[in-house]
Amino acid sequence: MCASITRSGFLAFAGLLVILGNAVADESHSLDTIERGKYLATAADCTACHTRSGGKLFAGGVNLQTPFGALVGANITPDPAAGIGDWTDDEFVSALRDGRGRRGKRLYPAMPYPAYTKMTREDALAIRAYLRSIEPAPDRLESNQLPFPFNIRSAMAVWNMINFQPGQEAADPSKSGQWNRGHYLVDAIGHCGACHTPKNVMGADRRSSYLQGGLLQGWYAPNITGETRRGIGAWSIEELVAYLKTGANAYTVASGGMGEEVVHASSHMTEADLDAVAVYLLSVKPAVRQSPLPLDATDPRMMAGQALYKDICSPCHTDAGTGAARLFPRLARSPAVHADDPTTLIRTVLYGSRGAATDGAPTGPRMPSFFWRLGDAQVAAVITYIRNAWGNAASPVSTNQVREIKSEPSAG
Amino acid sequence: MATKLPAKDVVIIGLGWTGAILAHELANEGLDIVAIERGPWRDTATSFNIGYAADELRYGVRYDLCQKTAQGTLTFRNSDRETALPIRQWGSFQPGNGVGGAGVHWGGQTWRFLPSDFCIRSHLSERYGARFIPEELSIQDWGVTYDNLEPYYDRFEYLAGISGKAGNIKGVIQAGGNPFEGPRKREYPLPPMQMTLAPTLFGEAARSIGYHPFPSPSANLSTDYTNPLGVRMGQCTYCGFCVRFGCANYSKATPQTTILPVLMRKSNFEVRTESEVLRINLDRSGKHATGVTYIDESGNKREQPAELVLVCAFAFNNVHLMLLSGIGRSYDPKTRQGTVGRNYAYQTYSSVQLYFDDKNFNPFISAGALGQSADDFNGDNFDHAGLNFVGGAGITCQPTNGRPLANLPVPPGTPRWGARWKEQVKKNYLRSFGFVSQGSSHSAYANCLDLDPTYTDRIGRPLLRMTFDFPENDVRMSNYITGKMEPIAKAMNPRQYVVNRVATPYSVIPDQSTHNTGGAIMGTDPTLSAVNKYLQSWDVPNVFVIGASAFPQNPGYNPTGTVGALAYWAADALSSKYLKSPGPLVPA
Amino acid sequence: MSLQHVSKRWIAKALCSRRQLLASISALALAHSWVPGWASVLRGGGLPWDADGISPPVPVRPGPWVYFTADEAAAVEAIVDRLIPPDKSGPGGKDAGCAVFIDRQLAGAFGDSRELFMRPPFARGTPRQGPQSPIAPRASYRASLAALDGYCKATFAGKAFASLDGVRQDHVLTGLENGEIKYPDGDGTAFFEIILANTIEGFFADPVYGGNRGMVGWKLIGFPGARYDYRDHIAKHNEPYPLPPVSILGRDEWSIRG
Repeated sequence: MCASITRSGFLAFAGLLVILGNAVADESHSLDTIERGKYLATAADCTACHTRSGGKLFAGGVNLQTPFGALVGANITPDPAAGIGDWTDDEFVSALRDGRGRRGKRLYPAMPYPAYTKMTREDALAIRAYLRSIEPAPDRLESNQLPFPFNIRSAMAVWNMINFQPGQEAADPSKSGQWNRGHYLVDAIGHCGACHTPKNVMGADRRSSYLQGGLLQGWYAPNITGETRRGIGAWSIEELVAYLKTGANAYTVASGGMGEEVVHASSHMTEADLDAVAVYLLSVKPAVRQSPLPLDATDPRMMAGQALYKDICSPCHTDAGTGAARLFPRLARSPAVHADDPTTLIRTVLYGSRGAATDGAPTGPRMPSFFWRLGDAQVAAVITYIRNAWGNAASPVSTNQVREIKSEPSAG
Repeated sequence: MATKLPAKDVVIIGLGWTGAILAHELANEGLDIVAIERGPWRDTATSFNIGYAADELRYGVRYDLCQKTAQGTLTFRNSDRETALPIRQWGSFQPGNGVGGAGVHWGGQTWRFLPSDFCIRSHLSERYGARFIPEELSIQDWGVTYDNLEPYYDRFEYLAGISGKAGNIKGVIQAGGNPFEGPRKREYPLPPMQMTLAPTLFGEAARSIGYHPFPSPSANLSTDYTNPLGVRMGQCTYCGFCVRFGCANYSKATPQTTILPVLMRKSNFEVRTESEVLRINLDRSGKHATGVTYIDESGNKREQPAELVLVCAFAFNNVHLMLLSGIGRSYDPKTRQGTVGRNYAYQTYSSVQLYFDDKNFNPFISAGALGQSADDFNGDNFDHAGLNFVGGAGITCQPTNGRPLANLPVPPGTPRWGARWKEQVKKNYLRSFGFVSQGSSHSAYANCLDLDPTYTDRIGRPLLRMTFDFPENDVRMSNYITGKMEPIAKAMNPRQYVVNRVATPYSVIPDQSTHNTGGAIMGTDPTLSAVNKYLQSWDVPNVFVIGASAFPQNPGYNPTGTVGALAYWAADALSSKYLKSPGPLVPA
Repeated sequence: MSLQHVSKRWIAKALCSRRQLLASISALALAHSWVPGWASVLRGGGLPWDADGISPPVPVRPGPWVYFTADEAAAVEAIVDRLIPPDKSGPGGKDAGCAVFIDRQLAGAFGDSRELFMRPPFARGTPRQGPQSPIAPRASYRASLAALDGYCKATFAGKAFASLDGVRQDHVLTGLENGEIKYPDGDGTAFFEIILANTIEGFFADPVYGGNRGMVGWKLIGFPGARYDYRDHIAKHNEPYPLPPVSILGRDEWSIRG
């Protein structure tokens, strides 16, 4: 079970420290550092890969299915044999920031060291101190479940040479402290680009399209730059913070992978940090790309799509595509609807989705599934309509695209 | 032999409206709670997927969301001169099943009873003399007053987002609302629903003859809403698939849309579905419950020990469980002794159907609680001096749906099939609507619930037996009120109108309502009631029985508003009194 | 390994996978034990999520009769066409698929009363006590249709019901309805009531169940079907609703034309 990171939970851990006789007096393991490390580990969502559903905190065992085979998130509890209990600080920092584990073992960038490399050493050490303070778990597991030849870790040396730029990014003195903090949180800690930046043929970030949307495991993480049409440029700071804090705002409800991120990570961040993230993201303004012209309303795909939309979608999303704040996502002028890649839209219409539920927005509304009712052409038509109605303009969706999504295993 | 499970603080039988309210309130007190629900989990996007929620045959005719009689039913007879037989197909009422209970498939009409309803016997005696009350009636005062319950009505209304217009705020009559209602402390949380043509015409007509119509208070929300628990609900879209259906777009107040999202986040609350409680277990003294025995989804018998048992299984299931568990003495109508099973009541209906040539009512644009009502002849709102009955009825135009299998009105004399029938169905479908009187159902000594001597359920337990017919008082009352409906019909100038008086004797075949009340009634006298004013069993103080089973009789309104208020009232008594000092809250 | 030979999308997936794929990372690690897939014990992890937990209706497919014999089907098709005759206002029961509807209903849960309380003892009771027959619809139809044809053949020179002219058929049905025609065993009136009810159900239920073909029943009366949002028409008192009906199966306008 993913740990509910509460104040009382933290105090319990602190008590455990005393019992285990850990060096509370040691400055590097001060309660402040541990608490800061816990905050950072939460913001970085380490549990996503290192805590199995129903399992012990950070004991690993999370199955990451890739087309090459499986990777398993490692046990990062302080168990000396099964976990990282007897790693030195330098070894830990190196794993986090250089992708080099013990004895130089190369990590796969499923462990997002290309992002964490931007973390300060102090922050890395704080995370280390927090990880030292939790209960050890004896679960031994082998992370590398990839079949030959992908299981040859040393090949990552080549990949790193081409794609990996180690080290922190310098603060921008022309920008405010808040902006720089936001930049750091987005790139180094939250590693948002891991999902939201598209990848090149080698699977490394395409920096020219920074945060402009990425395809990941059958879901498309949308453009989160300050671009107006395709990105979140129309959102205010308050709306973006509300989204990250509660999972819901006037425009939409976080769902799928982002829903999990909100529940496990960003909803636990401070308002100040979320403000910084918002300020930063809204400031990212890629070069304006020309929008396509919207499809004409008389286009046969639009006609069919409109009939479908009216009959099926408008009971929640309304005839004008305005939805209902914090309940049914707005589709008119929605960045998610304008995504270059319609994968998420297709999956959502087919299989539904589950809205995030947090203390600030506990409803957790769900989109129902329609795969049982609609044919592939109908799914394509209704999404094409949504992408080109009410002032929206985006590429149409084809029957083949729907078919392809259906033939892939569900991404959950 | 039942496996004994680790003890809980509280076990709640049934996770419908009352179960969900009690679970949430007590979870906030930090108690360790388990709810045991006979039916399945139900969730909006899957159980009421918008793609198949609007299926009249499945839900409106075959009652797929309701309890299946194979699972459990009652036996029925009009009087003790007959042998009760099983209700093999629901007709008159359709009990719920599953998480949310009947709160999933209700229509949403949400009323407060009148202040005089709560002290009906003393009120009527004072106004008309004690002998004015017919002898056949066993009506009683409740032991709580409207003023006691007002804050809890408010709580339930704000939980649910009730859409309406207040008629009396702190004693000041408000234009546009019900001038007869008891005083409330503030407006409804949401404004009234937008009216369609039929209730609009009805309202105009009723007003034109001096009645005081107002928008019916509705749990089909008029706008988006965030309730005090932080749960967000949507705006009703008037789809007309409301009563007997799950709501696909979060716009009908149900346990699912108002409480469960928050309740299910609590680590001290657990629900076990597909698990049927067989009985409440008592210790040797018979005065203390030790927990419940239930069968789980695999058919295994389990014993769940608990300190506190809350019976929240729907009105007559509550009574059934008490009888099966030996809590309280079964009522015998011959001797009028015993408390459990007495004062079973229902609801008394009549209707008027109107046929027009020149109107299109678009009847399919509707909602379960959309409409206009007039309370001029409800309860004791009018002077009964010289009349031969007590009680009254709300006159309401609430066309809840236009689904064909429920709405194929044809004028009298039309054949029931063939070319002429088809022609009349086509002609009248869009051009006809009805309005009803929804009247008091006074409890009578002869009407009761007990255990059937012959029929058993699939587990071998005796079925609950219902002995019920409309008291003669209620028939006279209903016919009188029906007379007051005709002027409204006339004022609308239809081509034709047809009056349908209350059909007697009571039959379980035609659909009427699922307003089954009484059987475990609240009161001040332990020889005349099963639970005290806090809904605590007189006989077993760590058992509370919460639901419409507590109504000593049923006034002329839908019950859910009062069920919700009583649930909050009981929850408050538990938190503020019982938990501090477990034991009888009222000296017996 | 040669990275250039692996497709871009595969690498993106392999190297950038971050989230749980197969199991939700939610706090509920539930073994789904009961159709449609909800676990039966739920505690403290928020509302459970089971994307597969849906139960859409299985569409009736045209094809051979599933329950009726050919003779039974012929009789039922004739009956439904008298109960709801074809005329200038639209198709009758037969073309609307009412017999198909009834056939499929009898083949399913309705047919064997499996969801009803069918425990003995069975007694007749008063009219107010509701139906008390131990005979499920499947058996009732079989026996009643046989009795009907038996009566017709005996009365009309060997002709089964389906072979009679319309006037005669109406006459027989009226006789069943009012009890003038009695079956030797069984209740002709009860059979009439159930087939009338089932015919009307078949005519107006969603076409997914095999009747109301092409939504002809809904078109007859002006019922827009499985619609869920009338907000744009509430205030338009007396104005006809402009959109055609839609069923669970959809409507023609959902298809791309041209």
